[in-house]
Parts: sequence; C-alpha cells; structure tokens
Amino acid sequence: MPAESQADAIALSAVDYDDAIVKKFIIACLAFGVVGMTVGLLLALELAWWPANAGIPYITFGRLRPLHTNAVIFAFTGNFIFAGVYYSMQRLLKTRMFSNVLSNIHFWGWQLIIVAAAISLPLGLTQGKEYAELIWPIDIAIAVIWVVFAINFFGTIAIRRVKHLYVAIWFYMSMVITIAVLHIVNNLALPAGMLKSYPVYAGMTDALVQWWYGHNAVGFLLTTPILGLMYYFLPKSVDRPVFSYRLSIIHFWALIFLYIWAGPHHLLYSALPDWAQTLGMVFSIMLIAPSWGGMLNGLLTLRGAWDKLRSDPIVKFWAVAVTFYGMSTFEGPMMSIRAVNSLSHYTDWTIGHVHSGALGWVGMAAFAMLYWLVPKVWKRELYSVKLASAHFWLATVGIVLYVVAMWSSGITQGLMWRAIDEAGQLRYPSFIDTVQELMPFYWIRLVGGSAYLTGMLMCCFNLVMTARNTPAGQPAAQPVAAK
Amino acid sequence: MTTDPRNHPAPTATHPPSWHRRLFEGRATFFAVATTLVISIGGLVEIVPMYSLSAGPEQLEGVTPYTPLELAGRDIYVSEGCYNCHSQMVRPFRDETLRYGAWSRAGEYAYDRPFQLGSRRIGPDLQRVGGKYPDAWHWEHLQDPRSTSPGSIMPPYPWLYKGTVDPADVQTSMRTLKTLGTPYSDQDIADAQTTMKVQQDKIVASLAGAGATAAPDTQVVALIAYLQRLGVDGRRAIKAREEAK
Repeated sequence: MPAESQADAIALSAVDYDDAIVKKFIIACLAFGVVGMTVGLLLALELAWWPANAGIPYITFGRLRPLHTNAVIFAFTGNFIFAGVYYSMQRLLKTRMFSNVLSNIHFWGWQLIIVAAAISLPLGLTQGKEYAELIWPIDIAIAVIWVVFAINFFGTIAIRRVKHLYVAIWFYMSMVITIAVLHIVNNLALPAGMLKSYPVYAGMTDALVQWWYGHNAVGFLLTTPILGLMYYFLPKSVDRPVFSYRLSIIHFWALIFLYIWAGPHHLLYSALPDWAQTLGMVFSIMLIAPSWGGMLNGLLTLRGAWDKLRSDPIVKFWAVAVTFYGMSTFEGPMMSIRAVNSLSHYTDWTIGHVHSGALGWVGMAAFAMLYWLVPKVWKRELYSVKLASAHFWLATVGIVLYVVAMWSSGITQGLMWRAIDEAGQLRYPSFIDTVQELMPFYWIRLVGGSAYLTGMLMCCFNLVMTARNTPAGQPAAQPVAAK
Repeated sequence: MTTDPRNHPAPTATHPPSWHRRLFEGRATFFAVATTLVISIGGLVEIVPMYSLSAGPEQLEGVTPYTPLELAGRDIYVSEGCYNCHSQMVRPFRDETLRYGAWSRAGEYAYDRPFQLGSRRIGPDLQRVGGKYPDAWHWEHLQDPRSTSPGSIMPPYPWLYKGTVDPADVQTSMRTLKTLGTPYSDQDIADAQTTMKVQQDKIVASLAGAGATAAPDTQVVALIAYLQRLGVDGRRAIKAREEAK
C-alpha cells in the first residue's frame, strides 16, 4: 500500500462521528412510535365500539385519525429515517456531519413540530387535507427545518472524503429534494388568521395536487429513504455485499421517475379528468418493476445468509420487511386498476394495504435497523436476543391479523355496496347494515394492532435495557450489596 | 486495507467504472440536479394542464359560492375531520347513483377549498345529502346519531350545540377566498352578518317547527346549513343540462 493511502486510512479511521445525534433520533423514534401506535389502537377501538371517545371532542375519530397518521409517518418514521441517515451517511462519506448546530436544530425543531401537531390536531386546527393537515404556521416551520436538514445533508456531502456516493445516499437525496417540493407545493395557501388558511387550489385541482403529494409522501418518505437504509443496514447485518449494483441503478432512476405520476390512482372514477386518471393507473402498474427490483436486490442480498434467519432476529425482521415491501408494491398497482379500484376504493381494503406497507415494510425495517444500531451506538450487547425474536413473531402475527381483517372487511363491504337484486334495486339499501357486518373484523384488527403495539413496547424495553447494559468488553459491575 | 463489501465494486478489471459512476456518483451537484428534474416531470405533466380550459376540470354552469353561514359550516366540517369517515364523491356506478343520487361532476367542486372528497366511507357519502332530510333530522342526528340511524357507529357531537360562529371570522374567510378567486363581491362581504342572520333564523324556525330550540349563532346551525347545501347546485345544474339536450 503506498504511504499516501496509508496515511489516508489512518485519517479516515480517526473520524469523530457524531453518534449523540443518532441516539437522540432513536429515542424520539421509539417514544413517538409508542404514542402514534397507541393512538391508532384507540381509533380502532372507536370504530369497533363508538362510545370509546367518552364524549370528549379532542379524541373523536375525525380529529384523532390525523394525529395517528401524522405521528406514525412524520414522528415515528421520520425520526427512524433521520437516525439511520445520520448514522450511515457519516460512515459512507467518512466524515462527521457538516454542522453540529444544524443537526441539533433539525432534531429539536422536528420534535417541536410534532408536539405542535399533537396539540393542534385534537383542537380541530387542520387544513383538512390528508397527511397535510397541519396548519400553515407549522407548515412553515416544517419547511424551515427541512431546509436546515437539507443544508446539513448537502454540506456533509460537500465535505465528504469518499468520492463516490453509495446507493443509499442516492435514495436519501431523492427524499431530501422531493419532500421539499411536495410539501411546499401542496401547502400553498392564503392565511385567514393565524390558525386558518385556504389552499390556492380549488376542487379537483386541489384533489390532484393533494394526491400527488399524498402518494409521493408514501413514495419519498415511506419508501425511498427506507430503501436507502436497507442498502446500508441490510448488507451490514448479514455481512454480505449488495446483490447487484446495476439493478440498484436501474431501479433507483425508474422508481423516482415513475412514482411521481401515480397520485391520480387515488381519484379513479372521480370527477378528475379521464386522461389524468389513466396516467395515474398506467404509471402505478409500471411501478411494480422498480419496486420489485428493490425487493429482489434486498432479498437476494440475504441469499447465502439464510442460516442466520433461524438465529438472528435482525435478519428475520429484514426478510419480512422486504417481503412485505414486495407484497404491498404488488397490491398497490393491482388496486390502481380501475376495475379493482371500483371495489376496493372507499373500503377497508385501502386501510389494509396501507398497513401492510406501514407495519410490514416500514415498521419491520425500523426494528431491524434499531436492533442492529442501538448496540452499535451505545456500544453494548443487545440485552435479549430471545425477546427480540419474540417481538418478531408477535409483530408478524399482529400484521397478518390486521391485514387479513381489513381485506375481509373491505371486500365484504365493497361487495355489499354494489349488490343489486333481481328487481334492479340495492340489495343492502341501508348503509348501516354494511357497517354492522364489519364489526367482527374491527375486533380482529384491534387484536392484531394490540399485538403489534405490545411488540413495540417489548422492543423499547429491550433497547432501553441494552443502553443500560454493561459496556461490551468490560466486567460486570460489582453488586452494591457486597459491602 | 480490506475493501468494504458495502461499497461499490472497486473499478478494477472485473468491475470497470460504469457510466453511472462516471456520470453521477462522483458529482453530487449534478446528481442532485438530475434527481430534481426526474422527480419534477410527472407532477408538471399532470398538474399544469389542470389550469387549461380544454384539459382541466369541466365547468358546470349554475354552481355558486357558499353563503357566509354555509362557509362557516364547511369550516366546522373540515375542522371536525368529517372527511375521515365521509366522502363527497358519487362514482358513476349504478349502485352509487341508486344509493346517493347523480354522480359527481368536476364543476360542482369549483368553490371547494380545501376539497373534501374523502378516501374512506366509514359512513355514507354526503355529496347529495343536501335536501335529503329535514333540518330537524340533522339536529337529532348530530346530537345522537342512533336516534335517527339505529346501529350507527358515529360519535355524538354535543359541543356543536354550545360553540358559536363569529361573523367577523366568516368575513375574514370570505376576503381570503375572494383574493383566491371565489366571486364574492365587496357587498357580499359587507352584508355577511345580515345574510348569516337571515339564514340562521330560517333554520332556527324550521327546527322550532319540529319542536327543537336552537340558538341561531351555534355551530350546529351553520353545519346544518352546509350539509343542506351539499350537492344541491350540482343536482340542479345536471338536471338543467340534461333537459336542455
């Protein structure tokens, strides 16, 4: 090895990575994950048993559901992504983050936004657009904090000591750019006072912009950054290289290009102009290819590490996460076909689809990363591998119960709505009859959700105990009573 | 020094530097710009034509802006998150037109900011609910959904009977909407308080006829005004268009 590159290697090994910020994001991810999922459970109960809101306006379904979606998307998933991005990009670029100050403004700013959301939404302060409910002052705060993150992100890239950007970074970058574009364009509104505003778009145009945003929030917050995390943490976890570099190139560009078009599949058979609906449907179907490219690259990277599937819960979590990614990215395009959508739309099938992605892909990937990352940054052994395995099984059973209940519920109700008798009249003219039919599924969903939340609590306990464990390589502390 | 397997294949004889590596991976700014372009195309192609007369949403003659009281009611509808359980979009299927009425046209939503199409029908669609029931039905239903709809899973909304609407806020909203293009005249905005009062009194009188005592400035009265307006213009305009054919 020439002397120059040896010196380089020494310098690189001496990089003082900022893991304190990673720890902060991990703690926030766990705390808000528990909150967001608990709120979800209360909502599930409110559907199965309407008096569950106890007459309190702040926790009625209509006000609370946005809190659930915002908490799990922006608080749980957001903090999970930031933890992984801050950890991995420093290592991939062999440099500390660009600015400690910006890292901390990003962290505290993001948490303040979440707290503001948790206060404003139950009060009924909302823009009334799904996943973009937060009122305009909070939206401005989000834009500012996102720009802080972007400066820190691109600043870190600018001071990198590795010339070539690894595939994980491409996916992170697509998130940083696209989320900024989506957030700003969809939230353009004119304030009518401090707490209220009206969007610059009206009617079907507002609907199109909103679902362009909504669908790509799924695409660029719940998909691409997590694929990026997969490209870093999955190979790390199994100690094998990524299956195919070429595949990652193709599926990256195809994914980010096609995703943006697919929003109108949320508006099939609506009053949206037909050409836009058709574009949404066609591009949604094409999305199968790059989505499955990502799934295959993940699964095939696990190839050769299948023995670990029995012993290592982290590998189990990755295997199921990637499998659910493949499943929901097959289901999504199917539901975007007009004929299927005519049955599935407006039913619980949609809810089931979203949760197979959210619980199955995002959640399981988060757990896989956390069980690997917490021991690394706290420099401790994982407290209990057995408990992590138990969490894996509980979460998997929970997802299956949840998703199967929602499929059954959705298809049942969809078929009842459209049933026409021989006289050409509605077979179930009473809407409520079609709701009552769903109650057993709502209770099963509640059981599935409870199992998933219990697993989440086990994860928190396991990771807290890990952080409090004796540092790896040091003898156990002397019992105090030995005096 | 061992090669980290997670890094790209090193540019050796077996892995020559790929075009992608040369073109993008070492050039972060160029990569970021290319990404921005690639993610912009779809949105531009779909959203921009919405502002063209020929490709955008079809207009529907006879659809007029919400009255001040209806606007206040609509804000309550949005604030309570009704869209989380109720859609406002009748699809062009036989079962939906049988259940709800005429299927929805784009022009009906011309003054809807924000749109409230919804994505899940935990309760029925509301696009054609205007005029379907008397005011007193809504009064009963919002207070105790099971009194009018046995087996309903909707929660009661008793606080709407105490909360009030402020005409000054409605005027602020109207001014904002006017700036955005809703055709409210300055006179409409100046008269808002009176217009509201007239409509409130009308609803209060219809409720009194059914034995219910309502305070005119309560939120529930505004919400009833909005619900009774839903889909009415559209239904009339669609009928007029069909008769003209």
